[in-house]
Amino acid sequence: MSMIAIKNVSKWYGDFQVLTDCTTDVKKGEVVVVCGPSGSGKSTLIKTVNALEPFQKGEIFVDGVSVGDPKTDLPKLRARIGMVFQNFELFPHLSITENLTIAQQRVLGRSQDEAMQKGMHYLDRVGLKAQAGKFPGQLSGGQQQRVAIARALAMDPIAMLFDEPTSALDPEMVNEVLDVMVELAHEGMTMMCVTHEMGFARKVADRVIFMDRGAIVEDCEKEEFFGDIDARSERARHFLSKILQH
Amino acid sequence: MDFSQIIPSLPSLWDGMKLTLQLLALAVLGGIVLGTVLALARMSSNTVLSGLAKAYVNYFRSIPLLLVITWFYLAVPMILNWITGEFIAVGAFTSCLVAFVMFEAAYYCEIVRAGIQSISKGQLNAAYALGMNYGQAMRLIMLPQAFRKMTPLLLQQSIILFQDTSLVYAVGLIDFLNAARARGDIMGQSHEFLIFAGAVYFVISFGASTVVKRLQKRLAV
Ligand SMILES: Nc1ncnc2c1ncn2[C@@H]1O[C@H](COP(=O)(O)OP(=O)(O)OP(=O)(O)O)[C@@H](O)[C@H]1O
Ligand SMILES: [Mg+2]
Repeated sequence: MSMIAIKNVSKWYGDFQVLTDCTTDVKKGEVVVVCGPSGSGKSTLIKTVNALEPFQKGEIFVDGVSVGDPKTDLPKLRARIGMVFQNFELFPHLSITENLTIAQQRVLGRSQDEAMQKGMHYLDRVGLKAQAGKFPGQLSGGQQQRVAIARALAMDPIAMLFDEPTSALDPEMVNEVLDVMVELAHEGMTMMCVTHEMGFARKVADRVIFMDRGAIVEDCEKEEFFGDIDARSERARHFLSKILQH
Repeated sequence: MDFSQIIPSLPSLWDGMKLTLQLLALAVLGGIVLGTVLALARMSSNTVLSGLAKAYVNYFRSIPLLLVITWFYLAVPMILNWITGEFIAVGAFTSCLVAFVMFEAAYYCEIVRAGIQSISKGQLNAAYALGMNYGQAMRLIMLPQAFRKMTPLLLQQSIILFQDTSLVYAVGLIDFLNAARARGDIMGQSHEFLIFAGAVYFVISFGASTVVKRLQKRLAV
């Protein structure tokens, strides 16, 4: 059953077309990695899934709910989809505990106790229980990103979106975040991840999507994507040869 | 120069200062609240709403405060009369307060708007992604951060307002300056009382300004 269905989505900024007829599908429990050169529209595409970016053409369904339908209760839909950003986006004026509980209480209407319990459970899972009383500014980038993942998980999401979750991190912190994501994938979370971490893709992805200039150029099984590089489009090969050098 | 009558006059000068401070506190509070509403309207994607807010801000920033004070002194009772159909006596204090709130809101609006715009769009996206609606995202995430950043500017604007409250003399309200002037006339020491009043304004404004600058430095770190 498809959890996220993207059908012929196009989007323009004025005259500039950012997304061109994008179609793909993320099934329940599937992990899909989206990669592509800078400016190819990866962030834009992933943000259309929870309506942070509106789109002009096509349709997107999340768990059967149409994202583009004006009648859809967007806050309610978004509350069911977790999202992790490149720059963490923890709320700097709130403690780690408050970051974890604020949306649970204000959006889901959970009691303080329940929100606290959930929040602490996930904070523990990302290995940061000891930091509960601190503020985001007092944590390292890797720690902040793990808190951000815990914050999203505490909402009991049906799917998780990641937009380059490790690209703002110092190299030595990348793995602590990837480890959390790998674990999540193994537990069967539905995940759509924009990332250039091909090691992560090889380890847990079911499918890999390659985007270029706003279009989905490749969309295939991981084995197929990495198995025969020569069978890939020229742009994908060029892109892969650049990032696999590192 | 003979400052001998100032000490015995302190109680009546203090009465004037109380009015000044009362007016200031209420005007700052009302001005920031209305200014915030205007800022949100100005940033709204609804072009009618943002256009109206922009026109409001541009209008009040282009006319003298003294004009607003005198005009509201005449207009507020008339408008109330027109709305309620009965004659309601509105004191000079109330009409001055309304004038200050409406005038200062235009300035506070620009400060609040800059404050909200200085918070990254990513914070708003994060709030939305967690399922918050516009009101929650503003109230819980954006405004608390924006206000923290703009506290020095809001205070600086309020210090200017503190000095501008003296314009209420135009409608006969006895604020600190007017009290000093009246008292000086009665005592035959007009110059001395005005010099004293000037010194008081200077000490308060300059002192507050210094504190704000220090706060600004501390927040900047
Ligand atoms: N608000 C905007 N107005 C106009 N153009 C925009 C806007 N936001 C993004 N773009 C353009 O849309 C294109 C796609 O941007 P997007 O951020 O989705 O790319 P990306 O694949 O995520 O790139 P990166 O790897 O750098 O994050 C870029 O060319 C960008 O300049
Ligand atoms: Mg991006």
